[in-house]
Amino acid sequence: MNCGESEVLVHALIDGELDAGHAREVEAHAAGCSACAAQLASYRAMHQMTMGGGALKETAPAHLRSRIEALVAAPASRVASMRSFFKPTRRSFFGGFALGSGLSAAVAASLVLTVIHGDQEQAVADEVVSAHIRSLQAGHLMDVETSDQHTVKPWFNGRVDVAPPVVDLTAQSFTLLGGRLDYIDSEPIAAIVYQRRKHVINLFVAQQLGVHESRPVSKTIQGYNVRHWSQDGLDFWAVSDLADNELDEFVQKIARAVPRSSNTS
Amino acid sequence: MANEPIAEQERMRRFRDAALPHLDEVYTLARYLMRNTDDADDAVQECYLRALRYFDNYRGPAMKPWLLAILRNVCNSEFARRSRGEVLTDYAQDESVAEEMPIWQEPQASPEKVVLRQQDGATIRRLVAELPEPFREAIVLREMNDLSYKEIAKVAGVPVGTVMSRLARARAMLRLAWNAAETATARSGSGAAPGIAL
Repeated sequence: MNCGESEVLVHALIDGELDAGHAREVEAHAAGCSACAAQLASYRAMHQMTMGGGALKETAPAHLRSRIEALVAAPASRVASMRSFFKPTRRSFFGGFALGSGLSAAVAASLVLTVIHGDQEQAVADEVVSAHIRSLQAGHLMDVETSDQHTVKPWFNGRVDVAPPVVDLTAQSFTLLGGRLDYIDSEPIAAIVYQRRKHVINLFVAQQLGVHESRPVSKTIQGYNVRHWSQDGLDFWAVSDLADNELDEFVQKIARAVPRSSNTS
Repeated sequence: MANEPIAEQERMRRFRDAALPHLDEVYTLARYLMRNTDDADDAVQECYLRALRYFDNYRGPAMKPWLLAILRNVCNSEFARRSRGEVLTDYAQDESVAEEMPIWQEPQASPEKVVLRQQDGATIRRLVAELPEPFREAIVLREMNDLSYKEIAKVAGVPVGTVMSRLARARAMLRLAWNAAETATARSGSGAAPGIAL
């Protein structure tokens, strides 16, 4: 191990993120390198001063706590109307959505620049396409094979963290084939399988970390068309070799059907 | 129909039990991201509103990172709304913090070690608040919110490698700033320099 590696890994060591082997290597390096030993000691001291539960943690002020408690004590149907009682304390920076109607909240959310996910986004997109390709291998497409949405939806219970909306679009000539458990970014994810003519569409649905709404983003990866969007606290990826306009049609139909479908869960 | 209010109450109770214990953590991140108390209050409130709205679709085990990620999006939305300009509120001028800052010239009655520790806390808090993003966020999520690297990566939407390099940069900057603060207070001759040499 050299000083360059040690400089980065020393933090993982302090944070308890290193396995025993690497931890030993970093410590061994520090034992023979006074500069790195000094660094380790000072970062350790700093970590002890800043870490959780310490003096640096803030406590929510009482007025905020009671606001939040009032919020969660009210039935959801009354929350919207209660919001008008929460006056902006000083100015209305958040007024547009924190204190506005549900509608303006949605509008504000849609205006938000999607925070740059950068390479993470691309990595997930690649994985989604790989999962799609894997699913096309013989016998890999479905874990539960039925065109009945009421069978597919409960099948995911306990298998994934989300209640994926399963909608029947047979009338719009997208046939529901079934569902599958897949893995993206080493997390289990729900895959719902549709078909139009001979083209398979995999719709991946995942719990979204950080709720925000985003419109479908188009990508083409390895010749497959990909659409990614977020709504209702869920992340959606649709992958297929369908033509662009047909996949857009599919995405529109799903996006429109989803809110109704999740309400009936 | 008749069961709906009961189901609704049950849902609220589940949300309360899951989300309320993390209020201080959410508020801590909000304070460091928004850098002023009123905005932090509003951000926390918006965070809980959104969380409540999306709670039906939430079945994951890790409530804290989920809430923190929502909060982060709320704050980012807000910054985007202000056309990318962060509020230039100086954390040190903020009253609540100023109150906690000891008056260094006053002789302290309490044992010296405790005094030093309080000052250290105030100093490092100010130094963390002065870190530029995304380093401030990384250090707060790690130290104050006690998230693992993987959780930070998910909340911030970046790979774990990026989290590691951000933390390394953040701590290096903190260490420099700390040493500078120490030198400055030592030079001022008040004898109230931070108690730990880094």
